[in-house]
Amino acid sequence: MTTITADQIIAWIERYSIRIAEQKEFLTKLDSDIGDADHGANMNRGFQAVLAKKAELQGKDIGALLKIVAMTLISTVGGAAGALYGTFFLQASNVTAGKTELTPEEFVLVLEKGLAGIVLRGKAAIGDKTMVDALHPAVKACRRAIAANESLDQALAEAVAAAEAGLQSTIPLMARRGRASYLGERSVNHQDPGATSTFFLFECAAETLTGKQ
Amino acid sequence: MKKLINSPENVVLESISGLGAAFPDLIKVHFNPNYIVRVDAPVQGKVGIVSGGGSGHEPMHGGFVGKGMLDAACPGAVFTSPTPDQMHEATKAVNGGKGVLHIVKNYTGDVMNFEMAADLARGEGVDVEAVVIDDDVAVKDSLYTAGRRGVGTTVLAEKIVGAAAEQGCTLKEAAALCHKVNAHGRSMGMALTSCVVPHVGKPTFDLPEDEMEIGIGIHGEPGRQRLKLKSADEITEMLLNPILEDLPYQNGDNVLLFVNSMGGTPSIELFIVYRKAHEILTKKGIKVSRSFVGPEITSLEMAGASITLLKLDDQLTKLWDAPVHTPALRWGV
Repeated sequence: MTTITADQIIAWIERYSIRIAEQKEFLTKLDSDIGDADHGANMNRGFQAVLAKKAELQGKDIGALLKIVAMTLISTVGGAAGALYGTFFLQASNVTAGKTELTPEEFVLVLEKGLAGIVLRGKAAIGDKTMVDALHPAVKACRRAIAANESLDQALAEAVAAAEAGLQSTIPLMARRGRASYLGERSVNHQDPGATSTFFLFECAAETLTGKQ
Repeated sequence: MKKLINSPENVVLESISGLGAAFPDLIKVHFNPNYIVRVDAPVQGKVGIVSGGGSGHEPMHGGFVGKGMLDAACPGAVFTSPTPDQMHEATKAVNGGKGVLHIVKNYTGDVMNFEMAADLARGEGVDVEAVVIDDDVAVKDSLYTAGRRGVGTTVLAEKIVGAAAEQGCTLKEAAALCHKVNAHGRSMGMALTSCVVPHVGKPTFDLPEDEMEIGIGIHGEPGRQRLKLKSADEITEMLLNPILEDLPYQNGDNVLLFVNSMGGTPSIELFIVYRKAHEILTKKGIKVSRSFVGPEITSLEMAGASITLLKLDDQLTKLWDAPVHTPALRWGV
């Protein structure tokens, strides 16, 4: 059976940190259109701090390493993104305490707990033009595929597709949460930066978590 | 980008270091996590008042730490909420046994990070209350949005609640008073120019020579409407009328009139706005019994202004007049 190892989780986080660094300007551009032009810089500051702790992550169980990721993000990112991504990884660490590998079923639970934490902290629903618009459909797609006994590869591919569709769906929306909501109608026809960084998280998961039999 | 800085990464750190060096008799600056506390913190038997938010709004909040105002301020990165560890440590540093009040501006990130900090502090047995300031009439209030932003009234709340805490009020009383100030205050702002966030290096939005943004917040985010530039008197009416209608402020009310610079607008222009606002209020039979004019809650170097009205009663007037001794605000001492 396919499992996800702690090393793969580290590879996922590392890949995502690199992706954020590469896409920093793009995320900031999206955020300057409808927010306050800091999403790229904030996420990059947080994930660079995570990268700097790579040696500390190695050899830890998945719960312990995700907790380090969470606490690092909470104390370095700031803004809504710090609280929300920090909460995601904190919830993820709670359900993986002591585990050195995860079954696909356990990995979906990680995603579901992370989503629940974000919804509780941010109080956003689908259609509010936030990261939830990408995260919620991606988690649901992953759950459906695993429940239907599809492979982890397939499940993550579907999650990426769902995240991308969710991301695209934010473009025509008028924001109802977060700083973009202050713009009212003027937030329409812009892609949400938080949903964009969430889409990258799933892309990086698909690139790093699959393949170990 | 043309700024008087050394490097974008060090802007906040170097600025608060300078603030600490300038006012060692009033404040102490703590690094990692970053917060500014009054020099005699924690004051035993006094409710601690903590605020914080993104940097770039100076003198708010760090300039308002001191006797009669804030016990601590937590500066985030420019225009970015501080992190929970900062508020948590600041809360513990100012807890004099009567609990700590968090004054939070209504921005998604600020609210969430202060909530996480309050959870952490309560978990360690510190009594924490939080009051969210949301006074910006430019934002339509609705159950389905993030709600109104916290702007000018924040400074007034910090002064008034800080005075009450100095006089020995309880945590519950401080929170109730802060709610009262928020309920009686309304603001609206406008921009003539954008501003440049140091780590971005270019203006957050483009604003042509002959246009202005009405209804901006304090983070360089564009406003509700972009219009052709008008005269100072017309702009003052456009800012003041929605404020007056919102509470509403009525004939016979006493108010504090606060005209604020967004950073780039000089005093000479602020008083032109003040003059017109005072005239409009007087015509409506609203008495301006206290005034506050200057750059207090800014948006880096943005040119523009905001107007805040606070309806006063005897309690609020006395607390406004009470002594205050901070780097940016000082009277009665």
